[in-house]
Amino acid sequence: MSDSTQEKAPAGDGTAAGPLDAATLDAAADAAIAAFAAAPDLAALAAVRPAHLGDKAPLLLARRELGSLPGPQRAEAGKRVNAARVRVQEAFDARREVLVAERDARVLVEESVDVTLPWDRTPRGARHPITQIAEQIGDVFVAMGWEIAEGPEVEASWLNFDALNFGKDHPARTMQDTFYLREDHETGKVDTASSTLVLRTHTSPVQVRALLERELPVYVVCPGRTFRTDELDATHTPVFHQVEGLAVDKGITMAHLKGTLDAFARAMFGADSRTRLRPSYFPFTEPSAEVDVWFPEKKGGAGWVEWGGCGMVNPNVLLSAGVDPEVYSGFAFGMGLERTLQFRNGLPDMRDMVEGDVRFSRAFGV
Amino acid sequence: MRVPVSWLADHVEGDLPADADEIGEAFVRVGLEIEDVHRAEEITGPLVVGRVLEITELTEFKKPIRYCRVDVGDEHNDPAGEDPAGGTGGGSRGIVCGARNFVVGDLVVVALPGSVLPGGFAIAARKTYGHVSDGMIASARELGIGSDHAGILVLPEGTAVPGDDARPVLGIDDPVIELNVTPDRGYCFSVRGLARELAASLGRDFTDPAARVAVPAEAAESWPVRLDDAEGCPRFVARRVTGVDPNAPSPWWLRRRLLAAGMRPISLTVDVTNYVMIELGQPLHAYDASRLQGPIVVRRARAGEKLRTLDDAERALDPDDLLITDDSGPIGLAGVMGGASTEIPETHEPGATIDVLIEAAHFDPATIARGARRHKLPSEASRRFERAVDAQLPPVAAERAAQLLVEHGGGTIVAGRTDVGAAPVPAPVRMALDLPDRTAGVAYARGATVQRLTQIGATVELETGPDGKGVVVATPPSWRPDLAMAADLVEEVLRLEGLDVIPSVLPSAPAGRGLTAAQRRRRAVSRALAEAGYVEVLPFPFVGDAVWDAFGLAADDVRRRTVTVVNPLDAERGSLATTLLPGLLDAVVRNRSRGLDDVALFHVGQVVLPHAQPVAMPEPGVRVRPSAAEYAQIDAALPAQPQHVAVVLAGEREPRGWWGPGREAGWADAVEAARLVGRVAGVELRVTKGELAPFHPGRTAVLRVGDFPVGHAGELHPKVVEALGLPPRTCAMELDLDLVPLTDPRPVPRVSPYPPVAVDVALVTPDDVPVADVADALEEGGGELLEEVRLFDVYSGAQVGEGRRSLAFSLRFRADDRTLTSEEANAARDAAVALAGSRTGAELRG
Repeated sequence: MSDSTQEKAPAGDGTAAGPLDAATLDAAADAAIAAFAAAPDLAALAAVRPAHLGDKAPLLLARRELGSLPGPQRAEAGKRVNAARVRVQEAFDARREVLVAERDARVLVEESVDVTLPWDRTPRGARHPITQIAEQIGDVFVAMGWEIAEGPEVEASWLNFDALNFGKDHPARTMQDTFYLREDHETGKVDTASSTLVLRTHTSPVQVRALLERELPVYVVCPGRTFRTDELDATHTPVFHQVEGLAVDKGITMAHLKGTLDAFARAMFGADSRTRLRPSYFPFTEPSAEVDVWFPEKKGGAGWVEWGGCGMVNPNVLLSAGVDPEVYSGFAFGMGLERTLQFRNGLPDMRDMVEGDVRFSRAFGV
Repeated sequence: MRVPVSWLADHVEGDLPADADEIGEAFVRVGLEIEDVHRAEEITGPLVVGRVLEITELTEFKKPIRYCRVDVGDEHNDPAGEDPAGGTGGGSRGIVCGARNFVVGDLVVVALPGSVLPGGFAIAARKTYGHVSDGMIASARELGIGSDHAGILVLPEGTAVPGDDARPVLGIDDPVIELNVTPDRGYCFSVRGLARELAASLGRDFTDPAARVAVPAEAAESWPVRLDDAEGCPRFVARRVTGVDPNAPSPWWLRRRLLAAGMRPISLTVDVTNYVMIELGQPLHAYDASRLQGPIVVRRARAGEKLRTLDDAERALDPDDLLITDDSGPIGLAGVMGGASTEIPETHEPGATIDVLIEAAHFDPATIARGARRHKLPSEASRRFERAVDAQLPPVAAERAAQLLVEHGGGTIVAGRTDVGAAPVPAPVRMALDLPDRTAGVAYARGATVQRLTQIGATVELETGPDGKGVVVATPPSWRPDLAMAADLVEEVLRLEGLDVIPSVLPSAPAGRGLTAAQRRRRAVSRALAEAGYVEVLPFPFVGDAVWDAFGLAADDVRRRTVTVVNPLDAERGSLATTLLPGLLDAVVRNRSRGLDDVALFHVGQVVLPHAQPVAMPEPGVRVRPSAAEYAQIDAALPAQPQHVAVVLAGEREPRGWWGPGREAGWADAVEAARLVGRVAGVELRVTKGELAPFHPGRTAVLRVGDFPVGHAGELHPKVVEALGLPPRTCAMELDLDLVPLTDPRPVPRVSPYPPVAVDVALVTPDDVPVADVADALEEGGGELLEEVRLFDVYSGAQVGEGRRSLAFSLRFRADDRTLTSEEANAARDAAVALAGSRTGAELRG
């Protein structure tokens, strides 16, 4: 926009001292460049800009004079004006770039904080390590195509004992240290042996449930809470967790049991781990064995650690679950999760796992 | 079961490994668990057998003291020693002793100066009670071979001669192996059974101690015996020995072995019956025949009968109890404990003789197990009988005991033997010849199966089955009644061939279906709560009535109706929890007591809700699948056990810090935890106001799926907080996860690309109108176009009037298929406000 109050400068021929002559243009350009260079910050630069690049700046005014010149001179003068203007604009841009960079750098410095200030405003939650290890074990077996089976904690004696080939008066039954239950609230003497309701002493009743409820073949793991009348101390707890594995299929052998246990051990304790079997006795398996696991990180050096029990499913158990032992065979194994966690993670005292101190669970994260 | 290695060595050919741990490993390989290997502590220096020659009673001291002259053999006797009047010159040593249980002529064990007894007890000559004591006469405890310290150890005459090294006599160098016998291997409760296993494991020959006993044929009976209950007592053998010297001591070797086996030597008859029991596995009972009245009858107890047992306890008998009786009534609880009336007395006149009737019977394991459990009398005998004893042993064991009695107590075996009833005979077991190979997944060497089954004592025949394949017919030995089916034979072959030869082969399971929706949801819920700052704990389910009182539950509150633990560890907590809150609140208190004030805990677990009336539990048979109805009835008879999730919060939910003050946990956090669980489960839980103990009556939210309540959340009642010692304003939430439906797959949302129109409205309502009701009405009234209702301000004060409040909502409208005009949005807003007005009385704020 032109300013009507602006007095028109006289047109020069480009040789005499006038707005279009080279010296004047150079002087105007030099003055502008000097002014830009002198601007200490972007605000100052912006403030001096109109005087040198604005509508009333000498170079802009000089340009208006071009029209009054004759053709050849006009072209000549036009080149000079343009050159001067480009020089000034470049100087401006360069200065602006420098000042923007300076400002940006300064802002970043000014905005710096003490990043070591703690920001622990969000409370830290955690899942119990037993839940985590049960999940890990479940994942190991699900990855092999197995499924996770579950059952109730208050269980029928028939499923906890009878169907698992524990005879009514067999010593193995009394060795299980069972919590016996009754539903009515009356007090009085109850013969524990005749109780039909128990807190399951192992996850094995889920084996029977799985065989009764599922189509064959069955490949399941059963993690869960179990109960025995042990007083709480550093290595015992009356409420604990087990994981049970059961595979029933045609042609299942003890070699398959060994292979599964070895794969399980490697998943839990590393590629160097493996298992060994020692003959033993459980009513629900025949043959039965104790499982030891080679634990590379064992305290005091790699070595064997007692891990759990296993065996080939007793034909009587298969019969009680309606499976023909002439056609199908199976294996089962079981481990204590507290014990597994205790030796794997080097936990000295089982009480830490049951007392609910938040410091304990938090150490294991989510 | 404890057994000294020397006893095992008697029945295994060749030398046993010198290291007892190696013997232990041999046992482990064939399926016996080693509890411990006990080694007596070493005794260094001169430890010798001595004979007491003289005793001088020193009476001038506070307690009676004896000064003894003891012959400790020429090598050790003191030639220049004191020579008391009438003494035996230098052929002895002088020793001061405080014990009084010995007489002149007794053989004793003397620790001479220079010897060091267990515990670093160094013996030196010293002057005491006015005499030089030149050594010490030792007790069993001082020698580390027993717990007896009532007096010094007196060895029976003939055990050794003075001057002999006492160590081999005492068995100091004979380690004792302690084993855990699994319930199926009753025969291993004997040296006979263990030596057989050890020999098999080491590949040695076994010499059967039962086979060494000559059992002469007898025509007559030794005592009349009648079996009225042949099921409980299939066989009863009695042998009689008269003229036994009851004061004759048991030989030292026998006493030493009993000590090593963990039994206290008592008298010859008791020691002999115990010794034979440990050696062969057959429990015996010795009657004083002179006290028996008439024939022995084995029968069940009759109502009201009583028996005074050997431990002098009067026991009321149960009709299921199996008894040994005579004309006087019950004289023994069969297989568990004898009676006092026919016991051989403890003391006898010198020169007296006794008439002993030895009982060796075979009892039904279950009967004995029940009897021992009923009377809480687990005895050495019952422990063996309930695991089944070799039915062929009774005559052998009775003979062995009679021979030992005569050998060491004099007397004679009376001609005749009672042997009534019949020993159960193990039935032959048929097994496909290749079943062990097929079970193990191993190709065993040809003949291995027959060899192993023969090794355990079975009689083995081979047949050809109808399919042309080999069949093993194995008749188990009499001591292995546990071998009842093919799988039992398979186990014998596998364990004796060694489980270490079984290869490792991973089976290929069919493709699985992954986790169930419920399992995935449970994992997601627990993760979400943990990510939201809750710490998982796993409290026990045991509670007592006290907590219901603290909760302020009404007397008829359904949560008081619990399943009872018949045998709780803690009588104060004898029920199973019907809610997860008591366990979580206990954990809050424990954390606070440890200085952890800000706690947010969660637990996902089953609770146990009994039936209103107990439902009969069926008891299906075994070895046959229960019918579908029976199986359904089992589940119907079990108490309900829904999966719950609960949280508790106390202290600060967000901590104070350099950023400013913290935020106390409040009822809203508890409600939000519930809504979080709902969101994870794919359900938007509805919140309504409610009242339920133990919550604060004004701060209780009911959480609903639709209209159905699935749980509660809020602040706890101040009285509950006080009663349980909780911090003020403790909050909690509990949901029944099983009541939250599984929404899988979840509904697909509409995602409109058109711009929204946002409209704010401020509605004034009475204070007691729940915000949720207003929001619900807006949501419904806004119709299809209303996308979101969000409360952004609540104001109460003079401008809206007493008892009223202003609720500011932001409504967002959007259409699926077009850009909404403001007229359309306003119309929808008006509809929303109108419905809120008609439903809740809300008025637009002017």
